[in-house]
Amino acid sequence: MTVAANERAWQLPSRGRVGMICLIIAESAIFMIFVVAYIFYIGKSLSGPTPREVLAVPIVGTICLLSSSPTIHWAIASLRRGQAAAFRIFWFLTLVLGAIFIGSTILEWHHLIYQDNFTIQTNLFGTTYYCLVGLHALHVIVGLIGLALVMILALIGRVKREHSDRCDVFSLYWHFVDAVWVVVFTTVYIVSR
Amino acid sequence: MASEAVPLTIRQNPLAVVYEWLGTCDHKKIGLMYIVYALLFFVVTGWEAVLMRIQLAHANSTFLSPQLFDRLFTLHGTTGVFFVAMPILFGFGNYLVPLMIGARDMAYPRLNAFGFWMTAFGGLFLYASLFAGDSVAKAGIAPDVGWFAYAPLTAVAFSPGHSTDYWNLSLLLAGVGSIAGGVNFVATILSMRCPGMTLGRMPLLAWMNLVMGGLVLVTISPLTAAQLMLMADRYLGAHFFDTQAGGSAVLWMHFFWIFGHPEVYVLIIPCFAFISEIIPVFSRKAIFGYPAMVAATTSIGFVSLGVWAHHMFTVGMPSYGNAFFVLTTMVVAVPTGIKIFNWLATMWGGKIRFATPMLFAVGFLFQFLIGGLTGIMLATAPFDWQLGNSYFVVAHFHYVIVGGILFSIFAAFYYWFPKMTGRMMDETLGQWHFWMFLIGFHLTFDSLHIPGLLGMPRRVYTYEAGRGWESWNMIASVGVILQGAAVLVFVYNLIRSGVRGRPAGNDPWDAWTLEWATTSPPPEYNFAAVPVVESRRPLWDVKHPDDPDSKYE
Repeated sequence: MTVAANERAWQLPSRGRVGMICLIIAESAIFMIFVVAYIFYIGKSLSGPTPREVLAVPIVGTICLLSSSPTIHWAIASLRRGQAAAFRIFWFLTLVLGAIFIGSTILEWHHLIYQDNFTIQTNLFGTTYYCLVGLHALHVIVGLIGLALVMILALIGRVKREHSDRCDVFSLYWHFVDAVWVVVFTTVYIVSR
Repeated sequence: MASEAVPLTIRQNPLAVVYEWLGTCDHKKIGLMYIVYALLFFVVTGWEAVLMRIQLAHANSTFLSPQLFDRLFTLHGTTGVFFVAMPILFGFGNYLVPLMIGARDMAYPRLNAFGFWMTAFGGLFLYASLFAGDSVAKAGIAPDVGWFAYAPLTAVAFSPGHSTDYWNLSLLLAGVGSIAGGVNFVATILSMRCPGMTLGRMPLLAWMNLVMGGLVLVTISPLTAAQLMLMADRYLGAHFFDTQAGGSAVLWMHFFWIFGHPEVYVLIIPCFAFISEIIPVFSRKAIFGYPAMVAATTSIGFVSLGVWAHHMFTVGMPSYGNAFFVLTTMVVAVPTGIKIFNWLATMWGGKIRFATPMLFAVGFLFQFLIGGLTGIMLATAPFDWQLGNSYFVVAHFHYVIVGGILFSIFAAFYYWFPKMTGRMMDETLGQWHFWMFLIGFHLTFDSLHIPGLLGMPRRVYTYEAGRGWESWNMIASVGVILQGAAVLVFVYNLIRSGVRGRPAGNDPWDAWTLEWATTSPPPEYNFAAVPVVESRRPLWDVKHPDDPDSKYE
């Protein structure tokens, strides 16, 4: 090989972005299997409550979670412009909105389990519902942990403009979590009810 | 350490050496660990096969109990796929990909180490089951549900105790490790190539590991999901596969084979990579039809996602369901055939040198073709209704796994051992290995087609006399002895050559890809200066500056 440089600059996709997209692809496949199981078992429970009987549409949680996508986007845009305070505010907002979503899920499940006696063991609907919504909630919690870590680092002043690409890679994960909720929400609370 | 090929002398504190290997993030060391790990489990899997073949050599044999036999075929299949084939291919990929694309390491070195240790621990965990419960002779509570662990056999009601959990959890761990590996391969190949190495100039090994990595992402995840569902069924009282509650055992089959079929393509595609690098070098010709090879591999990757239910023809799917999968399975044979033609076309008109790597590569060509053809036979659903779950299927997949995958892995060993150790493997021992293994392989697996056609089912621990199965089973068992002996010769060759082999130098085969541009073994940093490439065969350009490939590409 010669040492002559190429005419145009050698540009490759960022490995952070590629890696996160690969993770998202793998996780999407996992979610797809749980969604397929849910859809396959719609109407097939032999006994016990149906979705229509026990499910209430989680409007508040959904609005909060979906709004957390633009907030994280604005947070990173602020960080890129060097506006540290705006970054912290928007990032904190994202964290809070995500936490409200988890809170609403906790309230919903508490009601289902203790008032309606509806658990993962009740019937096929119970099995597939708790596993699908629960898997998503688990991913939100992992996202919240990541958000909290960055929040702490931001509060002690360690998150600078040069970290905006890494925060952007993380935000891909958060947007993915939101997108999965759109699918889960539609399947569980709209289609199957 | 780089230019002199001396045996490993313990100049340092042995504990420091161990610590260095345990904590390494270097792709070459991790690759070697994957390979050694896989070789150890290869011996274990082979031993399980030997035991089973002793049992099956005679009718009405009582050498092994049925319970032990069930554990043996479960462990043999599970180990072979997850703890031999996957790790060894990940090992070669990890070692070679950064070198071949002119990179310093993989994109995520720590994730690489994580993936290896997860896989390693998964295998150890599976075999820990041998020591739990009873005793080693009765194989403890090793799983006995078959490598595909069909529901509802795996439900708590039908598999009490923890044997199924060892299967489930060990593969869950190994699966996470594999997904980490997949992420790493894709990110490395897309983001770490040296200047000038466009996607169209990458070695085919890089292309094929890219396709394999992407396939891993969408293949292992369904298994992970299904295993989480199985865990929920067994421990949380869920009903995913609980027929009593209206659940469907067939759903497990769908989920498992949505993983299981693309998985075998995950296994074979890196083997295609080895063959695509070895055949050109030993034919002294560039690969024929590089763009077609890339297109064929990518389409195999995609089409393989749509063929899974050909493992379920006997389950009772509707006719249009069966027909769909018959057609997709036949379609996937087309790009595979294109590749075989291209390898042959590469050899045609070339100056062929039958060194040991080439012997194994040619063996691969013929055997993979035959294995693929019996696959097409099985792809016709009515044919499968007669032969599904028979020894014909066993013969088919061992033809592609042993005759295809294992032969190409042997070829890769002989070809890249000089690069990894700085020493050549012994050519005479290599020839003995090849011929003994070839004869043994054919004795065993050619023979097993016949009992299959005569109706011998799979996974039976014995059979009655007088059905015409005995002689063929006996021949098959004899073949195993030859294969075992061949493997012993191979292992002896590995060790002896590692210690006393002829020094190899940078480029013993007069090859053309970047890994041969650095020393054998490569230094920790791989390349002293970042390579810049202008064609698909950078070393050809260096050796023939008056006639570089870049003129023709």
